[in-house]
Amino acid sequence: MSIPNKFYSSILSIFPLLILIVSILLSSKYNFTYSGHNLSFNISYLLIFYWSLKKPNYLGLGFIFLAGILNDVIQDNPLGISSIEYLSLCIITGFARSRIILQNLFYDWVFFLISILIAGSINYIILVFIFDVPIIYNSLLLGLFATFLLYPLLAKILSWIDNIVQLSGNDKKK
Amino acid sequence: MSREMGRDDFVISARSVFLKKRNRQKFSLLTLIIISIIILSLEYFKSGPINQARLITKDIIIKASYVASIPFKSITKTYYSFIDHLNMYDEYEKLKIEQKKNKSLILESNFFKEENQRLKKLIDEKNLYKEDFHITKVLLDQKSPYLRSMLINKGFKHGIKLGAAVRSNSYFIGKVVDSNYLTSRILLISDLNSKIPVIIEPGAVSAILSGTGDNKLGKIEYLPENNNIKDGNVVYTSGADGIISSGIPVGKIVIDNDHAKVKYFSDFTQIEFVKVYYKK
Repeated sequence: MSIPNKFYSSILSIFPLLILIVSILLSSKYNFTYSGHNLSFNISYLLIFYWSLKKPNYLGLGFIFLAGILNDVIQDNPLGISSIEYLSLCIITGFARSRIILQNLFYDWVFFLISILIAGSINYIILVFIFDVPIIYNSLLLGLFATFLLYPLLAKILSWIDNIVQLSGNDKKK
Repeated sequence: MSREMGRDDFVISARSVFLKKRNRQKFSLLTLIIISIIILSLEYFKSGPINQARLITKDIIIKASYVASIPFKSITKTYYSFIDHLNMYDEYEKLKIEQKKNKSLILESNFFKEENQRLKKLIDEKNLYKEDFHITKVLLDQKSPYLRSMLINKGFKHGIKLGAAVRSNSYFIGKVVDSNYLTSRILLISDLNSKIPVIIEPGAVSAILSGTGDNKLGKIEYLPENNNIKDGNVVYTSGADGIISSGIPVGKIVIDNDHAKVKYFSDFTQIEFVKVYYKK
């Protein structure tokens, strides 16, 4: 394989991690206020859920842990809380992978809702009851619902990225 | 029998999820969760070497995040400059009218400043708040339903202390709530946790300005019952907390359904540099 091709395929193989880091860095940019309610999409939930369910080898657990620490520093959360949140998503998807045989977009979508509700609850229970951080529950639920609605669209885009990464992986083998 | 099978399946799944390492992975999920819980429990140490290590880690991550976000920031900047170019003519016409008004206001303000200094000398008042400040770059701005904050490029190495007032141009925008070695976090006045003692002029009505999470409007609390607040009254910091200087403009009063709200003077989404005040 030529050097530009090598570079291209190595960029593609770290693409999922890059997208996750960028989504955390730019988390403030997809935050909207609609009729007094704050609507925030949690893209990192979507990415971690999708890749740990579909392609667990793309996004290592160590990187997910570090992404959580990065998110905590940027969001001024107690260090470690987002890591627990992200890893709890990985636990749920791990169970889903081992228990569910039939997978399609609709099942994944419903399962995503359950997963973000569980992961979000763990996070906010720790924030409210241990660290006494005030939470606007309406905004929280609205944000989770908005993230849930975004899943089918992002799943399609990510499956398209998966195909490109897979093709580059095949090139590497050759 | 089937129940036992189900339980066995669950145990096998749990073992595989928590303990199995994936390809090229050094840690299992269980190990990482335990590490996260240990890191989280270290939050209780607010001083000593653990705190120092945490501050250094935060500094490194914030600086690295700033470098990584430069390309995206430049895209946003280009977009806003494009919009500015589109609105340039209208803006120019508005500014021409405003400039005429401002000229007369500057003269009036200079007169009041001099008069104020003369009167202060007469009553022998000492200036408690020295106007020492750093102009610093905003590294990252963070907006979420629970947090309105900014990370700036100055820390306690530069004399920044907790509670220090932060201005954008002449307007008060927030105070320092977390100071690392080289970086600090500003809590904006729009944050839910922000409570600032203010004074509303004319009338010198004291109140508390609370953030609502909204970037444009804040809430006025603890107003006296018989107040005479009107649309357009100006809100200044009162300095009642003894940390923030008095008389820094914050915003204008907007009456909405008999509730007094404050429309901030600063646009928090467009801030690139801020002034952080400190005492020598």
